[in-house]
Amino acid sequence: MTLFFNQLINGLHVGFIYALIALGYTMVYGIVKLINFAHGDIIMIGAYTAVITLVSLGWSTPLSLLAAIVVCVVFGITIERVAYKPLRSSPRISSLITAIGVSMLLQNTALLVFGAASRPFPTIFNIEPVRFADLQISFVTLLTIVVSIALMVLLQTFVKTSKAGKAMRAVSEDYNTALLMGINVNNTITLTFAIGCALAGIGAYLYIMAYPAISPTMGSLPGLKAFIAAVLGGIGIIPGAMLGGILLGVAESMTKAYISTQLSDAVVYGILIVVLLFKPAGLLGKATREKV
Amino acid sequence: MLKVIELNLSYGAIHTLKDISFEVHEGEIVSLIGANGAGKSSILNAISCLVPFSSGDIVFLGNSIKKTPPHQLVNMGIAQVPEGRRVFSKMTVLENLEMGAFIRKDSAGISSDLENVYHHFPRLKERRRQLAGTLSGGEQQMLAMGRALMSKPKLLMMDEPSMGLSPILVQEIFEIIKKVNKEGTTILLVEQNAQMALSLAQRAYVLETGRVIKTGLGAELLQDEDVRKAYLGG
Repeated sequence: MTLFFNQLINGLHVGFIYALIALGYTMVYGIVKLINFAHGDIIMIGAYTAVITLVSLGWSTPLSLLAAIVVCVVFGITIERVAYKPLRSSPRISSLITAIGVSMLLQNTALLVFGAASRPFPTIFNIEPVRFADLQISFVTLLTIVVSIALMVLLQTFVKTSKAGKAMRAVSEDYNTALLMGINVNNTITLTFAIGCALAGIGAYLYIMAYPAISPTMGSLPGLKAFIAAVLGGIGIIPGAMLGGILLGVAESMTKAYISTQLSDAVVYGILIVVLLFKPAGLLGKATREKV
Repeated sequence: MLKVIELNLSYGAIHTLKDISFEVHEGEIVSLIGANGAGKSSILNAISCLVPFSSGDIVFLGNSIKKTPPHQLVNMGIAQVPEGRRVFSKMTVLENLEMGAFIRKDSAGISSDLENVYHHFPRLKERRRQLAGTLSGGEQQMLAMGRALMSKPKLLMMDEPSMGLSPILVQEIFEIIKKVNKEGTTILLVEQNAQMALSLAQRAYVLETGRVIKTGLGAELLQDEDVRKAYLGG
């Protein structure tokens, strides 16, 4: 039983990180119907910003976290304005290919600037793990879970109740009608990218506290997993991304414990395939028909 | 108030609007009637700056709106009830109405206008917490109208408000249009239901394949031989 609960907690740890990243995918998809394949590389950018500010420049942890968030947001907004916005009225495949191109551009630029060798990330918190009976929960795990839950509640409140959040929902549902309401659609899209990338910045920080190796291609795997999480929960649906991320993390860590470490990714992709066979719109997605 | 001057518009190779000119004066109800494909909706979308037009001009309150970004139009006082209602189906009725008032900052004015909309459409008040997608077609039409009214427009443009509604509901919607007009909102009405549109409008323009072919008082056109034959069933 101890093994089970330990793995559950490990799964939640990584699952909440996937969920934070998945929110960026799902929000962007919800509003511009684009799978932003460069989103995973935003994690990498956040990670390099973190290690450079914290280690090379000697900044304090909060300051370097803030730097990671700001740099991720700036990159996200710039990518949207330069690469995606000019293609907004072209066929969707064009922007999809552009997103893949942006991802390659970011990875290879990082390779050129930072080299291929991975950099370690120092341990920030030297705090004793918390004990519950037989269970040990590391401080980083607790921190990740608490921060993620707080961010998700905050995001959900923002989208549900604030004026800008309602505008985001309106734009995601009907672009032209949102324009008729006087909503500045461009600013709303920028805001969506900014929020997604800010979450990715925080996610990057939490990710390298758990997996402290920073390299130019490090964003691909968590990016892909988070994308799967978003699809699993129902792409475009915010609570779906949260649910998908957590489920994926737990499934992955349970597979590692009870089935096989090597097979864990195969199981994750297998779950996606099975879910999509029975619920093509994802777990929380509804197959909607338009009313005319 | 609104002047459309020799407007031309093409979608690719298709020349949808050909030298369309018409005028709407303050306080009027003006109707554009014509068969499906005559270009009625294109005119409204051009006025809303949703589609660019190739030549001509649209002047509202003395200013050309040719280069206006679409989201600023409602600021100038033009609101559109789009064809097919286009309510935000995953948002509540109240949130839809709030979106209508998106550009406004006077919260006291907004809540008094909300009461006014509820007064016109009591059904919306009952259903304000319900998702707009769960409303019936008639209720969605009321919501789309209420939403447009929430911006306090000077000019309200309505695209086929009768589409898909029962005759009783159409009657009800047209009564409300009349009331809204009496309260001081100018109305540009696009309709296929020529009978209803012509009996409501002071003036009307008849469109055929992208051209204005006839214009006159609503009551006159209702008696016009050609119009009767083409649109009113003889």
